[in-house]
Amino acid sequence: MNAWILGLIILVIKVGLILGLLLFAAGWLVLVERKLLARIQLRIGPNRAGPFGLFQPVADIVKLLAKEDTIPHGADRWIFLFAPAVVAFCALLIFAVVPFGNDWTLWGQRIPLVISDLNVGVLFVMALASISVYGVVLGGWASNSKYSLLGGVRAAAQMISYELSMGIALAPIVMMAGSFSLVDIVNAQARYPFILVQPVSFIIFFISAMAETKRIPFDLPEAESELIAGYHMEYSGMRFGLYFLGEYITMITLGSLVAVFYLGGWRGPLAPPLVWFLVKVAVVVFFMIWTRATLPRLRYDQLMKLGWKALIPIALLNVMVSGAAILALNS
Amino acid sequence: MTEKTMNPVVNIWRMASGLASGYATTLRHLFRRPVTLEYPEYKRPLPERSRARIILTRDPDGEERCVACYLCSAACPVSCISMQGEEREDGRRWASWFRINFARCIYCGLCEEACPTLAIQLTPNFEFCQYDILTLVAEKKDLLVDHGGKNKEYNFYRHAGVTVEGKKGSHINEAEPVDIKSNLP
Repeated sequence: MNAWILGLIILVIKVGLILGLLLFAAGWLVLVERKLLARIQLRIGPNRAGPFGLFQPVADIVKLLAKEDTIPHGADRWIFLFAPAVVAFCALLIFAVVPFGNDWTLWGQRIPLVISDLNVGVLFVMALASISVYGVVLGGWASNSKYSLLGGVRAAAQMISYELSMGIALAPIVMMAGSFSLVDIVNAQARYPFILVQPVSFIIFFISAMAETKRIPFDLPEAESELIAGYHMEYSGMRFGLYFLGEYITMITLGSLVAVFYLGGWRGPLAPPLVWFLVKVAVVVFFMIWTRATLPRLRYDQLMKLGWKALIPIALLNVMVSGAAILALNS
Repeated sequence: MTEKTMNPVVNIWRMASGLASGYATTLRHLFRRPVTLEYPEYKRPLPERSRARIILTRDPDGEERCVACYLCSAACPVSCISMQGEEREDGRRWASWFRINFARCIYCGLCEEACPTLAIQLTPNFEFCQYDILTLVAEKKDLLVDHGGKNKEYNFYRHAGVTVEGKKGSHINEAEPVDIKSNLP
């Protein structure tokens, strides 16, 4: 009984810490993106709100909280209020299965650095990615506006198409690790990270992940010049802040997923595991921001063609070849 | 180099190298110095003819140039200038009150072009914003300055506006009268 209560307390502390740090990180990621994007475009990002603009997220949050919370005329009220929460909720929940490091031993207690070592972790992640489509579509529908509806529908189609290639690209990883649990996948990369033997799968997963988070070059659902702001056009104040933050949390989440599946998670020589994990996530996130600064936006039909006619066949081929190779090497 | 080919390896190579060169360019730009000039710490010097705050100038003798001829008020496209003309004891006209509504002014410079005495001029000073819009209405005391603005030497009354004393040919820019009897063949 005592051990159970102690376990519960440790779990609550872990959840609180990770939630807090994640929200913190997402807030400052907004600033990092703005400054990185600015430097690539030969200008200085925000630098007035504190030294090097470090208090800019605070200023942004204060601004968003102080704005009027408008609900458009004819909007479906409860769905409108509820939709942004779905996106943020799913993004945060994915972090429940991501392992940050090796087990810690504090005062004789062994503390695993993962909130929940689900033995169907990969399925959990894919399921949450699917549910987050609801947040986008419901937001677009409930706004009672043509642009929002179009943005929401396009976003749904895009996310569903790229979830397929994401899932198929993960199949060889699961085959090689022999388990759906993310902790086992990280442990299976003890000798070499999976990117070395599955480069095609890595590329497909990365592209699909960027399409899931609606990052450039796949950000047509929220394109400012095409759809005004797409599915989050009618949102203002902290509701918009929740959508916005949800997108950045998803960026960090996908960075950590790429790190876990392909880059070896928290594994690495010399430095402590947590540092390696953060470095890998930072590298992936930097690459996503770099991509935003470099590539133009894909048109909607180009986007769907890429997903269905290029990525899914290549992913399927990859599964077959990997399966054959694993069979050949094991016998 | 850009001819189409059906060879998939070449196609893929071209796609990948095109993307890679784009990424390399942006990465190179990341390490260059930004070209931003940060405003309050560094103020870029503006040309002398930049059209911002309006002033009323004085001529080299120290008198006000403005003769309240209403030409600037007539030229103004948004009707932001108003004045009342009066005549002094020595016959010279002046403006007893002169008002410019800077909230309506569009800084086009048409008043400066219309003025015959070069009294009203626009200067490069743009940093005079106020929190209350009613404080932007400038009276003559806010507009009159002690110097000649952009043309310090021009004095209208040397050229026109008063009776000429002295004989013909003694005024500025006036030529001596020609003795027609010396033109006979």
